[in-house]
Amino acid sequence: MTDWIIPLTILLIIVYGAAKKVDIYAAMTHGIGEGVRVCIGIFPAMVIMLTVTSMFKASGGTELFAYALTPCSKLLNIPVDCIPLALLRPFTGSGALSIGSEIMSSSGADSYTGRVAAVMLGASETSFYTIAVYSAYLGLKNTAYTLPAALCADFAAFVMSGVAVRLLM
Amino acid sequence: MIMTWVIGLMTAASIVFGCLTGSMGQVSQAAISGAKQATELMFNIGGTICLWNGLMEIMNRSGLSKTISRLLRPVIRLLFGEYARDAECVQYISQNMAANILGLGSAATPAGLKAAKRMFTLSKAKNLRPHGVFMLIVVNTASLQLLPTTVAAVRASLGSPQPFDILPAVWLSSAVSVAVGVGAVCLFRAVSKK
Repeated sequence: MTDWIIPLTILLIIVYGAAKKVDIYAAMTHGIGEGVRVCIGIFPAMVIMLTVTSMFKASGGTELFAYALTPCSKLLNIPVDCIPLALLRPFTGSGALSIGSEIMSSSGADSYTGRVAAVMLGASETSFYTIAVYSAYLGLKNTAYTLPAALCADFAAFVMSGVAVRLLM
Repeated sequence: MIMTWVIGLMTAASIVFGCLTGSMGQVSQAAISGAKQATELMFNIGGTICLWNGLMEIMNRSGLSKTISRLLRPVIRLLFGEYARDAECVQYISQNMAANILGLGSAATPAGLKAAKRMFTLSKAKNLRPHGVFMLIVVNTASLQLLPTTVAAVRASLGSPQPFDILPAVWLSSAVSVAVGVGAVCLFRAVSKK
């Protein structure tokens, strides 16, 4: 079923665009050019995060960290390797992507842990960053309950990613 | 600022643990290979990011994103109550939500900021707390994304035969996350009105 979603989405976008007389080739090349800028934008954070996380992993730190977080992981029923990802996700988008891909590559993309990491990445956002952007733009001094509400949503996404992978895959 | 702490503490911790476990050699190697991993990852997923940016540009130019944002009007009325009576608000909020759903992060933020500004001005004129702004921010922090293409690209680069088979799980988790976020906003708002 999921095999159909992507090809059909691409077809729909192209057919709809052609029907509206959009120059498909020109639009795509322009958009892809923008995409290169997106990649350049996230690359610096990836270099930093992957350097730091691989050093931490090589030192045996992750095992110790995982050991300390086992109760937390058991309580929430999330694989212990995914806990650092959950902790970092609200702060950094590209950092979380780097850690997430590290988890997927060491546990296997199709393993339970790898899938939970992927779902966590897909189902949550960089809350602190988003709140900072909006409140800076508006000059909001008091964001009231925005942060706790956003963190509730993130927490729900993390717990659910474990549940959803068990349930649907 | 928090990232400065994360980076500093993790580096310090790797050296301490490396020293204790006698694995300083591996730590030293990892310090060099991490950057290489980042480059490989970028090459592996960069093409997918670019491709979807290209497809999204077609959606913008063909008006497909506008059509989708029109479909979102009822949801906006439900979430934003009185702000939904303002045409300008509804227009910007629907653009913001449509862009989020389609994974057009760069298009979502400008529309979202305009919507926030409009709601902020409206509530200021009435001397009310800008609850609509808070709702909009929370909806934006709980990602509602139909096609998490970047994550799928990572999975594909690691040899997953069906990188998109996580879609139903992502949808379920994001839906619950958004519902919890919206619920939390409503709850906090009700409490703060007292």
